[in-house]
Amino acid sequence: MSEEVLAILMMWTFIFIYSIFGSIDFGAGFWAMIYNNHKTMAGRIANRFLSPTWEITNTFLVLLVVAFVGFFPKGAYTLGTVMLVPVSLILFLLAIRSAFMVFSYSVQGYRRTMFIISGISGLLIPSLLIAVLPISQGGFIAVDGDTQSLLLSKLLTSPTLYLYVLFGLTSELYLSSLFLADYARVSKKEDAYRLYRSNAILLGPLTLISALFTLLFITPESRWLIDNLMDQKIWFILSLVAFLIAYFSLWWPKQNRPGIGRPRLTLLATVLQYGLASVGYGLAHLPYIVYPDLTIYEAFTAPETFYSLMIMYIVGLAILAPGFYIFWRLFLKDKRYLQQE
Amino acid sequence: MDTVVLARAFFGTSLGFHIIFATLGVGLPLMIVIAEIIHQVKGDNDYAIMAKRWTKAFAVLLGVAIPSGTIVGVQLSLLWPGFMEIVGKVISLPFQIEIFAFFLEALFMSIYVYAADRLPRYFRLISVFFVALGAVASAILISAVNTWMNTPDGFKIKPDGTIYDVSPWDAFFNPSFLSSSFHVAITAYMTGAFAVASVAAFKLLKKRPERERAYHLKGLFMSLTVALLMSFVSAVSGHHSAQILHQHSPEKLAAAEGLFETQRYAPLAIGGYTDPKTEEVKYGIEIPWALSWLAAGKFDTEVKGLYEFPRETWPPFYVHTLFNLMVGIGTLLLGLAAVALAYWWFFVKRKGKPFPKWLLWSLVLSGPLSMLGIEFGWVFSCSGRQPWTIYRVQTTAEAATKNEDLGVLFLLFLGLYALLSVLTVLILTAYFKRNPVSKDMEKLQS
Repeated sequence: MSEEVLAILMMWTFIFIYSIFGSIDFGAGFWAMIYNNHKTMAGRIANRFLSPTWEITNTFLVLLVVAFVGFFPKGAYTLGTVMLVPVSLILFLLAIRSAFMVFSYSVQGYRRTMFIISGISGLLIPSLLIAVLPISQGGFIAVDGDTQSLLLSKLLTSPTLYLYVLFGLTSELYLSSLFLADYARVSKKEDAYRLYRSNAILLGPLTLISALFTLLFITPESRWLIDNLMDQKIWFILSLVAFLIAYFSLWWPKQNRPGIGRPRLTLLATVLQYGLASVGYGLAHLPYIVYPDLTIYEAFTAPETFYSLMIMYIVGLAILAPGFYIFWRLFLKDKRYLQQE
Repeated sequence: MDTVVLARAFFGTSLGFHIIFATLGVGLPLMIVIAEIIHQVKGDNDYAIMAKRWTKAFAVLLGVAIPSGTIVGVQLSLLWPGFMEIVGKVISLPFQIEIFAFFLEALFMSIYVYAADRLPRYFRLISVFFVALGAVASAILISAVNTWMNTPDGFKIKPDGTIYDVSPWDAFFNPSFLSSSFHVAITAYMTGAFAVASVAAFKLLKKRPERERAYHLKGLFMSLTVALLMSFVSAVSGHHSAQILHQHSPEKLAAAEGLFETQRYAPLAIGGYTDPKTEEVKYGIEIPWALSWLAAGKFDTEVKGLYEFPRETWPPFYVHTLFNLMVGIGTLLLGLAAVALAYWWFFVKRKGKPFPKWLLWSLVLSGPLSMLGIEFGWVFSCSGRQPWTIYRVQTTAEAATKNEDLGVLFLLFLGLYALLSVLTVLILTAYFKRNPVSKDMEKLQS
């Protein structure tokens, strides 16, 4: 495996991890708004998860940017130039959301505002984030000599963008429903579990349909991607199998206990489903970062830097692992935290 | 305004805003750690109350420090894509390690805030220690990139801009890294301590029950002790940083001092302003020989003047004023902390007298002044490097984005910063009004 491919593999891994955690994070914000004061405590459960974790998820987003700059500086140059407006909007929304998350913890009066801000930005931020995919597939960047710019009006009038957004949002809500269903089950809140389960039952097929439509209505400039995707069929077939396992295990009875479905299994199989599809998509996207102007080979960093970055990732993750473990124990496993009223 | 100036104004504003919260985000955790330690050693509950209340304030400030830091980090790529392309190749290492420091801080901050009641006491101390460690490590690592911009190292560049022979660790440990990063960390501690002293002094201005007065006096004494120590160390490290300027960025030192002619026995110009017409410092006080001595410890040291360098690479003249303001504030605060502690020792402790109003009011100003000193220091460091973004490698114009949509975005973010500032003040006052010290003291007794 060449250095460039190793680097893009790392990058995709980070993007994948963030897209899962980001979906759960923003989705939880949305559900916390919808189910604020709901009798099942579904809103409170979403918020209980969100309070200690959003900061970590946010750090992961910064990690994505930093890793991209480190691994593919030329890519950072191109995307930094063309994404000025959309990314600035993301930053703006993120700042308001983060600030209110913290403020509402200190002063109760800000709770309602926080729920609304976090809920709405929980839909807007992912919509803006996923816009990078259609842009990277070509057709939305004008090149004039040395300068590149985003064709904003073409992007905003293109159905591809909205189908991607639809796919992104249904996936976000599906993943977060599954996660919160599992979280509710562990917290022994069966009513909230059933609520999130029924959301997931509704959303699951919608994610598949919107994915299909996204591919059907792809722009002519992105035909190359479709051809490449066809070569990666196997990953998508496996992904579909994972989806079916996940979806049907929502009806799988629990052993020796009342209650329907196995949310932990569903969640893990769904993560696998998205993982397999990401591999297929990622392979089809190679070697381009932005089609047709930028490949991973042109964008790659200095090799010396690449190796020292790799070493530091291994060292850093090893040092932080116990911290993540303690964190997981305290907020995702500890019954004293989960089962409080 | 042209795009480059607009990009500088935009980024400078983002950074200037973030620095306030980032500095307190480094300074306050140290105070919390010290208070927790004193509490565990002496068993005095007042220090536990201090730690608890400062944590509360710290958590609110973090609510702005995190998003504003995210903004600054991402805006680097948006506003300075040309710069970040070189950064990615040469100096991405500290950025990346900084993320780990950031994770450390975020993980343990959540643990300290949301799981405190489920943790044994010693583990709370460990958590807050890691928060403090993560915070100061972030500051040092991010400063590493800035020091590399001032004294770039660890790579070679061809005339066409191709970068080769990269050595990431040499870039990281560039000539000014240790001295400048240390200066950043220490001045953040100094500012955190003065910020606490400001609040304590303000509380002592009004008449209060004896129990509360004792509490605030303890806070004032503790913060002043830290402030005095840190002011002294930051003066020494600032002096060292100036010597690094003498060696590695001579035109910056020359502009800071308004020195035009290269000379031995160079004088130090304090105050005044650099007149662009006559090319000399006007209305300043000149101390003969002092600059040569400060630059390298000897009176006959030759200090380079601006005439030594091509005119188009001269930094703006106003950096002389910025430099004076930074050093002036640092010196003033060092003196203030010393006077206040001496007063405490001779009159408050021994004779039981209260602090006089004028001294308390000066102390109230110390926190904001210290923060201003930091801001002046950063503006000095970055405008003193102009016209370069990476000293003698890349100009600011080459680094900047070519995108022309900056104006509207700048206004949008100005609005955001104003909103967040107002909200921070409102939330801090609302919280501490609803939860006065007396309430925490009662809670502890019951």
